[in-house]
Amino acid sequence: MFRWSHLVIYICVQMQFMLLFSRQGKLRLQKWYVPLCDKEKKKITRELLQTVLARKPKMCSFLEWRDLKVVYKRYASLYFCCAIENQDNELITLEIIHRYVELLDKYFGSVCELDIIFNFEKAYFILDEFLLGGEAQETSKKNVLKAIEQADLLQEIVLETVSQIY
Amino acid sequence: MSDVVEKTLTALPSLLLSVDSQPGSAKLSTSSKLGSLIRNITELTSKHEEEKLIQRELSSIKDQVSSPNTTMRQMKELMVRAIYCEMLGYDSSFTYIHAIKLAQQGSVLEKRVGYLAVSLFLNEHHELLLLLVNTVLKDLQSTNLIEVCMALTVVSQIFPKDMIPAILPLVEEKLNHPKEIIRRKAVLALYKFHLIAPNQVQHIHNKFRKALCDKDPGVMGASLHIYLHLIQENPEGYKDLTTSFVTILKQVVGGKLPMDFNYHSVPAPWIQIQLLQILSLLGKNDPGTSEIMHEILEESLRRAEMNHNITYAILYECVKCIYTIHPKSDLLEKAAKCIGNFVLSSKINLKYLGLKALTYVVQQDPKLALQHQMTIIECLEHPDLIIKRETLEILFRITNAQNVTVIVEKMLTFLSTSEDDHTTIDLVGKVAELAKKYAPDNEWFIQTMNAVFSLGGETMQPDITNSFLKLLSEGFDSVEEDRKLKVFAVNSYVSLLEGEPEKLPQRFLQVISWVLGEFSHLQQDVGAETVVCLLDKLLHMKNSTSETKTWVLMAMTKVCEGAACAPLVQSVCETYSSSLDTVLRQRAQELQHLSRDPALRARVLPPVCTREPLEVDSSLSFLDEFVSEALAAGAAPYKPSHQRQEELAQTKAVSYEPYQLTLPISTTAHTHTPSLLSISSSLSEGSADLSHKGGSSSLKLEGVKRVWGRGGYEAAQVETPSPPQEGGDPSISHTPPLTSEDTESKQQEQQLASSMFLGLDHSSVTLMGKGDSTPSWLKRKERGQTPLNDAQTFTDPQELTDPSPLHVVSPQFPQSPVIANGTSDTEAALALACLDTNRSSTNQLEDRGLSLYLPAELSGLICSEISVLCSSESLELSACHVHKLRSLEMIVFISNSSDNAVQQIQVQLHSEQLEVSCASESQMEEVKGHSVVVRQYSLRVRKPSVHVELIGTLFHPETPQNVQFTYRLPLSSFIRPLTLSTEEYGTMWLSFSNDTKQNLTLVHSENEGPLRATLNVLTEDLHLHVVEIIGMEAIVACRLLQDQPCLMHCRVHGDALAVWLRSPVPELPDCLIYHCQRALQGH
Repeated sequence: MFRWSHLVIYICVQMQFMLLFSRQGKLRLQKWYVPLCDKEKKKITRELLQTVLARKPKMCSFLEWRDLKVVYKRYASLYFCCAIENQDNELITLEIIHRYVELLDKYFGSVCELDIIFNFEKAYFILDEFLLGGEAQETSKKNVLKAIEQADLLQEIVLETVSQIY
Repeated sequence: MSDVVEKTLTALPSLLLSVDSQPGSAKLSTSSKLGSLIRNITELTSKHEEEKLIQRELSSIKDQVSSPNTTMRQMKELMVRAIYCEMLGYDSSFTYIHAIKLAQQGSVLEKRVGYLAVSLFLNEHHELLLLLVNTVLKDLQSTNLIEVCMALTVVSQIFPKDMIPAILPLVEEKLNHPKEIIRRKAVLALYKFHLIAPNQVQHIHNKFRKALCDKDPGVMGASLHIYLHLIQENPEGYKDLTTSFVTILKQVVGGKLPMDFNYHSVPAPWIQIQLLQILSLLGKNDPGTSEIMHEILEESLRRAEMNHNITYAILYECVKCIYTIHPKSDLLEKAAKCIGNFVLSSKINLKYLGLKALTYVVQQDPKLALQHQMTIIECLEHPDLIIKRETLEILFRITNAQNVTVIVEKMLTFLSTSEDDHTTIDLVGKVAELAKKYAPDNEWFIQTMNAVFSLGGETMQPDITNSFLKLLSEGFDSVEEDRKLKVFAVNSYVSLLEGEPEKLPQRFLQVISWVLGEFSHLQQDVGAETVVCLLDKLLHMKNSTSETKTWVLMAMTKVCEGAACAPLVQSVCETYSSSLDTVLRQRAQELQHLSRDPALRARVLPPVCTREPLEVDSSLSFLDEFVSEALAAGAAPYKPSHQRQEELAQTKAVSYEPYQLTLPISTTAHTHTPSLLSISSSLSEGSADLSHKGGSSSLKLEGVKRVWGRGGYEAAQVETPSPPQEGGDPSISHTPPLTSEDTESKQQEQQLASSMFLGLDHSSVTLMGKGDSTPSWLKRKERGQTPLNDAQTFTDPQELTDPSPLHVVSPQFPQSPVIANGTSDTEAALALACLDTNRSSTNQLEDRGLSLYLPAELSGLICSEISVLCSSESLELSACHVHKLRSLEMIVFISNSSDNAVQQIQVQLHSEQLEVSCASESQMEEVKGHSVVVRQYSLRVRKPSVHVELIGTLFHPETPQNVQFTYRLPLSSFIRPLTLSTEEYGTMWLSFSNDTKQNLTLVHSENEGPLRATLNVLTEDLHLHVVEIIGMEAIVACRLLQDQPCLMHCRVHGDALAVWLRSPVPELPDCLIYHCQRALQGH
């Protein structure tokens, strides 16, 4: 019998993993904050996708899954789904999702699923700036975006010099 | 030249993409390779086509990454595509090494992708991660802030545990960086280190305090993660910070933080919630600390009024905190109101949270459940499973003897529809627990357990079946009741087997077989041949596993009696004596022999009620002699496997600097050594009946009483007889809650509520302590107690465990020890502490008056029994040892029984493990006729070992041969308390490198908690000093006489005490753990 607690040795990581997937069940983003093997990750993703997609719209945003609590929210065609531990605060996790969506929205300018599909590495950069190792790193929206833009700016400067050379 | 052109051309598309995708403009990047890959995939219709496309893509990526001409820029683009393929579920492990290379060699923006790929591809245990260490090291030292940021980001996500020391100084340095983003990331990196290797960051705890006071709220917020974790582990250590946390929370709530940290105009909600979590940990069971936070909690409750999810999240945390800390009535009232708002909310998420809060508080405040009973009933029928599930959780916590039938029925109904294994296991366990505690009668109990076994199937926790069978076999006080229960069980199982046994889970069939085997003789109406027939049916079922068949054969062996069974038994034997399964074959053989010889069977398998409980020496003390002989012969002392592995790991580990002190890496996982626990718990009654049961069975029947075990305690805990519940009409609780279709549903709900919340309104006592309202039927016989008492009267436990029992020598005043001048208070206290425990043995002394010869300054101290060392002619040598604070004194008595004086007697002592010094200067002694000469030696430990041995020679001029003797004494005689503060303990702990971990059995006592009781036993017997007890943990210190300290960290872990010992002396922890085991075994 699978028991989550057997796999996860490090306690106290607030968030266990975060998955973004479409209504069609296509994975768009995955971030694991606990060490798991690939096989286990695939299995979890598959099971969770099925469970969440089968939920009806008016249902609770939380569900018990194995010995974890899954918090999910749908934004247009995209599901954001986080796994936390049972004693954690579900509502604040829901707001973490929302804050992440706000950040994406601000960065891409009214974000849509396609932005995330084609620029998924950017979405990862933003996530890493916001959540680090499963914990909220920086809760100020301005600071997160500033950090991302600084790195992007550097990218542009380099690009400019490159285009000057050629 | 053409080369450059080509590179430019290949780089062009990605350049275009990058330039285009600025913030605020989402471009579909038609020209990029990734873009075309994604578009191609979306156009495909079948999974098969996708697979083909990706494989093609991957092989092209593979070609390019390994080509030496690929630039880092191209590599970056390839890496993004590889990440994409990996996300779709295709293996692109060949790119992992290139991801590391990219992070190492790329320019800043390529590096960023390289690090991202590394953090996505690899996990903590991946071997390639070692290659990243150098890159991280380089980037941490970079002058480019962005590079430093990237390095810290990757470190906070994944980093090999063993390599932390290599970068730790650099990360520490970053705590003082002028940029707040760097400081913040450094704090989070240290948090990560703390999680994976707490030992290595222990020395920088004071720097965390600095981070907490950082002027940037982001850095402060990051440090809260660490504090939350630290305080969770040790709330006592951080009480002094309570005011700081309260002040911070006040500032946050008061809106003193920059506006950037607001979230939907709520100031820094994440920081607020973390602070509330920290406060609840600090205020738990601590009225003083709770007092400090009352004001701010009230303020938080008041401020969080806005109707938004985020305020509810804060409110929820507030309520939890208020109910966790020391209660204050008006706060509780407000919190209860708040829970009410949650529960009654129309938003399902809030309702769920309300139920969760209710579950949390209902044990403290059962009236709250009463208030919301109608909502609870509604939620029980809610279409969303999670709401139902949480409601059952509340019901589970308010169950008492009066509402148990209704609640268990609800739980079973839910179980029959549940498809999730995890939920099933959890709920089944809860039903079994309730059934055991509150069952109103036998019939209900057996039927409920039947349901549990049928629904629980194979996934059920094994202890459910174990404790059920234990309960059945031990029975009850009243013989009549006892018989009724067993007969009812037998009847119920017979009818189940007559029905459709194919549908029953294997574990249930095993239980049935065992019960029928043991108790079917009690039911006269069912003949042995019927039972054998039914059991035989199980053997023929297709889905019966060989394990079940083993159980069935065992049951048959017990049951088969009379000629009627013989033919059937014969055929069964024939079938299985040729089975490929050796265990089955064995059982078949046993069945064959025992069924033919009833006399032998009666001897081998006596009925369970007459069976003597087995005595198990779980510490394997009978091997002591063997072990000490082997040790004396030069064998290496036993080291538990985890220690061997750790030592191995240490020798393998890379050292970063020359002559660096390496600290052992601690693992957070509990390593269970093959210790006493596993041995004692795996011995089962099943294996006691038939000693060859082998490893085939997973059902363990814990019928065996350990002589010195916890048996007595367990009985006392579960079986506290209490008067039957007062109040409440039992007839209500038995009526089915929903009777007919046509009654109004409201009425039904009312009725259900009245039966479900029965007994809640009387007093909180019925609820608070689960188990204190045990119905009268559960008065079990206290078997196993009597033999324990018998054993105690015959053999003093002290004598059993200690080869040289301690007692106080006070010849003149046997009842009150005289403390001679010059002995310190500690010594006196030490002596007094031992007086009580050892008084009984003083009477048994037969020291022939030798103790009178003890030097005066040693009287009143703890002294061992005087034992004879050797004798030669008229001379006899006896010895004992006396505990002094600074030394262990060995006293040798030379007594001359002849009339003539013997001259020139010389006694020499030497030992490999001890340092011996003699008090008197002269080597030779003259012993007059009929007198005794006393020589005193001071002993110090040179090399610790479980027992230390002195080899002595008696030189005697009148005999040609010298007489040799040995004197053995346990190391525990040298152990003295070591008084030190928690801080000193902390620094010492870090500096010691030799350690041992082991689980010890807990001592249970009625007056104190198990930890206290166990520590009392240990301190009494071994003179340890308890430095501090923090919740379920304790730290203890001792030393060998005046030097060689040993520190001990104990933590209650389930049924065991996980002990971790550290010392600068390699042998000491192992020796000490041995003596701890021995000490505990005596209780």
